[in-house]
Amino acid sequence: MLILTCPCCGVTAEETEFAAGGEAHVKRFGPGASDEEFRDYIFARENPKGVHFERWRHANGCGKWFHAARCTITLEVFGTYSAQTTTPPKAICAAITAKRPGWTWRDFA
Amino acid sequence: MKRYSAFAVAREALSYHTGWGRAWRAPEPKSRYDVVIVGAGGHGLATAYYLGKNFGITNVAVLEKGWLGGGNTGRNTTIIRSNYLQDSSAAIFEKARALYEGLSQDLNYNVMFSPRGCLMLAQTQSEVRGYQRTAHANALQGVQTEWVGPQRVKELVPIINIDGPRYPVLGGLWQARGGTARHDAVAWGYARACSAMGMDIIQQCEVTGVRREGGKVVGVDTSKGAIDCGKLGMVVAGHSGALAEMAGFRLPIESVALQALVSEPIKPCMDVVVMANTVHGYMSQSDKGEMVIGGGTDSFNNYTQRGSFHHIEHTLAALIETFPMVSRLKMLRQWGGIVDMTGDRSPILSKTPVEGIFINCGWGTGGFKAIPGSGWAFAELMAKGHAPLADDFSLDRFTEGRFIDESVAAGVAH
Ligand SMILES: Cc1cc2nc3c(=O)[nH]c(=O)nc-3n(C[C@H](O)[C@H](O)[C@H](O)COP(=O)(O)OP(=O)(O)OC[C@H]3O[C@@H](n4cnc5c(N)ncnc54)[C@H](O)[C@@H]3O)c2cc1C
Ligand SMILES: [Zn+2]
Repeated sequence: MLILTCPCCGVTAEETEFAAGGEAHVKRFGPGASDEEFRDYIFARENPKGVHFERWRHANGCGKWFHAARCTITLEVFGTYSAQTTTPPKAICAAITAKRPGWTWRDFA
Repeated sequence: MKRYSAFAVAREALSYHTGWGRAWRAPEPKSRYDVVIVGAGGHGLATAYYLGKNFGITNVAVLEKGWLGGGNTGRNTTIIRSNYLQDSSAAIFEKARALYEGLSQDLNYNVMFSPRGCLMLAQTQSEVRGYQRTAHANALQGVQTEWVGPQRVKELVPIINIDGPRYPVLGGLWQARGGTARHDAVAWGYARACSAMGMDIIQQCEVTGVRREGGKVVGVDTSKGAIDCGKLGMVVAGHSGALAEMAGFRLPIESVALQALVSEPIKPCMDVVVMANTVHGYMSQSDKGEMVIGGGTDSFNNYTQRGSFHHIEHTLAALIETFPMVSRLKMLRQWGGIVDMTGDRSPILSKTPVEGIFINCGWGTGGFKAIPGSGWAFAELMAKGHAPLADDFSLDRFTEGRFIDESVAAGVAH
């Protein structure tokens, strides 16, 4: 069972209290973008076997959105952080490196 | 390879059935093949089979990191139907269903296809309208389905409770020629037929890298060494993203765990397949008597092959209203498989940005029923560069906005 800590209200709970919101840090493309950029924004996903950055909402709690870094194989959560960022914070990246040396994710690693 | 027949059973009895031999060879890889298929699930094996049968291409290897059929092909609830809404889907799924009817004879291997009929329940007004629309679409596509009322549902499935109270059964979409087949046997039957054509099926051989030269594929790295190839087919379901990454492109796919469970065996009580999409449960009875129950998919992507625990309770709670007798059953086993979900809930059969690499994936929660048709179409695509049944499912539909939207037609798509 997946257990997450909401960084907004501090509550730790199991997954049924949260709603998954898909991959985080997806770059938004709008009018004027090429077809390929728009396709990638809407459909293309990292879908990694390993470290994954993702969006969650504390649906049955404070109701706020946040981000999480999680391993898709073991469900280990490396940390949760504010949704008001476009890249994962340094502390989160360091926590991942400590456990998964050599991990990669787009240009963040 | 020894042909299986009633006569063969009698002949082998004379030597106490010790002379049957292996159903397929277990060779070491050669250094080069014309075609390498990654993934010995149903779709990969069927692709190899029709490459040989329809196009005479037999210098083929099928590489499997685990054991044959150990992916979703050996983990699914084996529902076979072809009552989809969109024409492109109906064409490939109906081709598959039709091929299933003669598959045991074609492969000389009993895949236990059981066309017992498949019933999709309508339990809300929107489902009533949706399935009536599908029934009309199917009539135009030449797929035999029928809208039936609640009384007919009760006749077909005496153990059902049609009165609700929360979700009364308002009718259903009935496909009399749908049903089930034995999942392992489908993989084994294709493997045996491929091996008999001289193809190499290599188990415990994981592909770890894709070698390219000048934008073109030249081979793969594997746990059993490097293997050169002319063409490469990626048919790895939930692991498609990982394979695509090795070849340097991304896919419109996310991988999640989907679960199923079976009950203790009981006496025959239901001789059709029933799907209840609103309450999200579906059920059939196996030949051993177990009730085979399909569960939920996780909402977040993962590779656990297990699935979240709470889905079990959710699935059974939903089934109990419609099938009250389920509340008395003990559940024996639960498992999960990693399914590959696309944005429009339709599969991908396509060329890729790398010349010589073809991909067949995105069958998600509902590709067992498609195995023969998918192999048929994908073999043609790999041999000729295009195929009438596959062309609509190409990757560029996501750039062009040309979706084959099956997500509205069926909330779950098994
Ligand atoms: C619980 C559950 C219930 C389902 N119920 C139904 C149903 O009722 N009806 C229906 O039609 N469909 C159903 N499905 C969907 C169906 O099982 C799949 O769509 C179908 O089996 C996919 O077949 P495949 O051959 O593409 O993939 P798989 O059978 O998963 O085969 C892919 C193979 O690739 C191998 N592989 C992966 N990576 C590598 C690598 N790097 N190197 C070498 N080999 C690799 C894997 O080990 C695997 O054996 C269900 C799925 C699940 C999980
Ligand atoms: Zn919160």
